[in-house]
Amino acid sequence: MTDHDHDHHHHDHDHSELSETELRVRALETILTEKGYVEPAALDAIIQAYETRIGPHNGAQVVAKAWTDPAFKQALLDDATKAVSTLGHVSRVGDHLVAVENTPQRHNMVVCTLCSCYPWEMLGLPPVWYKAAPYRSRAVKDPRGVLADFGVSLPKETEIRVWDSTAETRFLVLPMRPEGTEGWSEQQLAELVTRDSMIGTGFPKTPGAPS
Amino acid sequence: MNGVHDMGGMDGFGKVEPEPNEPMFHSEWEARVLAMVRAMGAAGAFNIDTSRFYREALPPHVYLSSSYYKKWFLGLEDLLIDKGFIAAEDVAAGHAVQPPKRLKRGKFGLDDVERIMVRGKFARVASAPAKFKAGDRVRAKNIHPLTHTRLPRYVRGHVGVVERDHGCQVFPDSAATESGENPQWLYTVVFDGAELWGPDADPTVKVSIDAFEPYLEPL
Repeated sequence: MTDHDHDHHHHDHDHSELSETELRVRALETILTEKGYVEPAALDAIIQAYETRIGPHNGAQVVAKAWTDPAFKQALLDDATKAVSTLGHVSRVGDHLVAVENTPQRHNMVVCTLCSCYPWEMLGLPPVWYKAAPYRSRAVKDPRGVLADFGVSLPKETEIRVWDSTAETRFLVLPMRPEGTEGWSEQQLAELVTRDSMIGTGFPKTPGAPS
Repeated sequence: MNGVHDMGGMDGFGKVEPEPNEPMFHSEWEARVLAMVRAMGAAGAFNIDTSRFYREALPPHVYLSSSYYKKWFLGLEDLLIDKGFIAAEDVAAGHAVQPPKRLKRGKFGLDDVERIMVRGKFARVASAPAKFKAGDRVRAKNIHPLTHTRLPRYVRGHVGVVERDHGCQVFPDSAATESGENPQWLYTVVFDGAELWGPDADPTVKVSIDAFEPYLEPL
């Protein structure tokens, strides 16, 4: 079999599997609705809430505030759940949020080797790569190799601390504030904060660089 | 259980491949699955640890070859059948043919959506003082429970240092099998890369897990 045939075969297979899954998912929703367990409108509302209310913009606001307000930063590092709950504009956060600070000496990176634990309120739903085998298997053993997959490289003496989210604690990385942002407003700074910089697989954007 | 879900330290899965401008869902059914899992959990059909256990218990080849939300769907269907909320006959018919079972918190409706947008609380009152404190050296026990556990294989038998105490929380190993919350102290325990991966490990790497007290023994 040539490579082309091989790929083609897989494509067809995935396609038919998806359709079958779609039918099974619809059937399950029908069953749950007919049994009186769920209102379909409530399922719509859950999806809409996830689509509109959570996302990395929440985490970015927290990070930007920590960059500009030393008292807030200290409060965030002491008790992130409490500190974030004081920000009315950020989506309500549950218990057990921990913020971990990147410094020139130490870089933090978050993984869930067992499933997909992730700070939803701060970052939204996790991307596929976060939930997939390559990241979950290698992050704890070869974090520098994983960072290289993201095009990220750290000085060789920098300590790398990997946080495996094995309980209900959720970790938010507080990245280092980019140079050249003196005097920037929280709002301007928030735009530099990427999702990956809060997972520890990336850095914030650099001022002036094309976005 | 020593399942394929426990992936830390495994080789051969290849490079991490981030998808540029990834959508929140890749198909509409993924969103429906997420919503059904959240709704049925909130209605009291199962707790989060039981739902994790059902995904881990999928046959290894199914776990490894299914997309993330496919695993959620398969785990949900198995769980609802096992707990009697749906029957195999319902699934075969694509409709409810068997009578419903009472849900602990009743039907999940529009008024319930707000409460699931805040994470549950897992902290509980302690029934005994904490055995460990920050700075203590501990060994992760060499244990291999056949049911759900949150002690990953790659730390078992290895020595680390307690860094933080997170208080007493619901013990997933008990909750997953519906054996009660059995709250236990929870600690962040840090391991040196070389302790986990041997002398060739990157000397700058440290890895932490959050470990419940029954996973740890004093040194």
